[in-house]
Amino acid sequence: MRAYLQDVGALAKKDLLLELRAKETLPAMLLFVLAALVVFHFALPHGAGATAARGLLWSALVFTALLGLTRAFVPEREQGMFDVLVLTPADRSAIWLGKSLAVLGFLAAAELVALPAFAAFFSAVDGRTVAAVALADVGICTVGTLFGAMAVAGRARELLLPLLFLPAAIPIVVGGVGRYLWFLVLYDAIFVVLSWATFEYVVAET
Amino acid sequence: MISGRGLAKRYGERRVFAGLDLDLAAGGLLLVTGPNGSGKTTLLRILARLTAPSAGELALPAREAIGYLGHAPMVYRELTALENLTLLGRLYRVPERGERIGMLLERFGLWDVRHERAGSYSRGMQQRLALCRVLLHDPALLVLDEPFNALDEAGAALLDAVLAEPRTRVVATHDPRRVEALATDRLAFA
Repeated sequence: MRAYLQDVGALAKKDLLLELRAKETLPAMLLFVLAALVVFHFALPHGAGATAARGLLWSALVFTALLGLTRAFVPEREQGMFDVLVLTPADRSAIWLGKSLAVLGFLAAAELVALPAFAAFFSAVDGRTVAAVALADVGICTVGTLFGAMAVAGRARELLLPLLFLPAAIPIVVGGVGRYLWFLVLYDAIFVVLSWATFEYVVAET
Repeated sequence: MISGRGLAKRYGERRVFAGLDLDLAAGGLLLVTGPNGSGKTTLLRILARLTAPSAGELALPAREAIGYLGHAPMVYRELTALENLTLLGRLYRVPERGERIGMLLERFGLWDVRHERAGSYSRGMQQRLALCRVLLHDPALLVLDEPFNALDEAGAALLDAVLAEPRTRVVATHDPRRVEALATDRLAFA
């Protein structure tokens, strides 16, 4: 178990280091989420309810996450590193978990900007919304990373990832807008276990 | 070490090869030749456990006993040579990996540039780094696809020394002259 966690840590650290040096994904996510919230600010009619505003926040977050997920496996794809990683004796689920944690870090960083911006443009962000966002991030990153790995092997990967991920994100948006925290906990529990257990088969022949 | 019977590979309707029998004893060198698109890379990916044959039976060593070099260097361009090898040394559970990595970087002439990003290397230096990566865990089976690509004469001489070491090797190349003398088995795709 200790070796597994060390592998996960090493893989996540590698992704954070790659981003720190390449500076490709996080700046794009930050710009996108800010731009989306500005657009929504002007698009939402004056006096619209809090639920409508939260719906726009969740739309912005899901599409920002999608942007990060689209880039998640780019280093592995472009440099042939998927083959290298799957040949190591490390448990293949460690590759998924390390990547999920890195994507989670990028998404959390984007949300550190997005939530204050939402508060400035729309309405105050309470603790329940922050909890919902944190829970949703876990589901988004774990499911999204699994689908990212599935899409990376295909030719139409840019099309495939949204087609796989967005339907799976619908319950997250429902739970997020309604702030159904137990629903999000349940979603996370189911999809973390499913993603962890199936990643081995996803990378079996990439 | 390697034993295959009736191996075949298809991608959809396209047959890459079929009915291939293969035997390679421990310590042997299988030289694979053939024109572009004849199936060399596909066979090597099968022997490296990176893809499964569509048909046939195949006995191979465990995946951690295989060192695979593909057409690309297969290293993270934004990481330094040292960071690339340290990450993989950790995943391969290489004992005393600091010393092993240092020895390989010295051997392949990369010690002085170990803190520079792999993306800043010339293609030949990246190929040397790729060879360090392949040898890092001291694999029992080397599967090398066009390993002399981009290497200068000094780099090629280093690879000659690697190929002369007593381990099982499968080498695909368009230019078999450097390997011919070492080959114990040959497979020529038409």
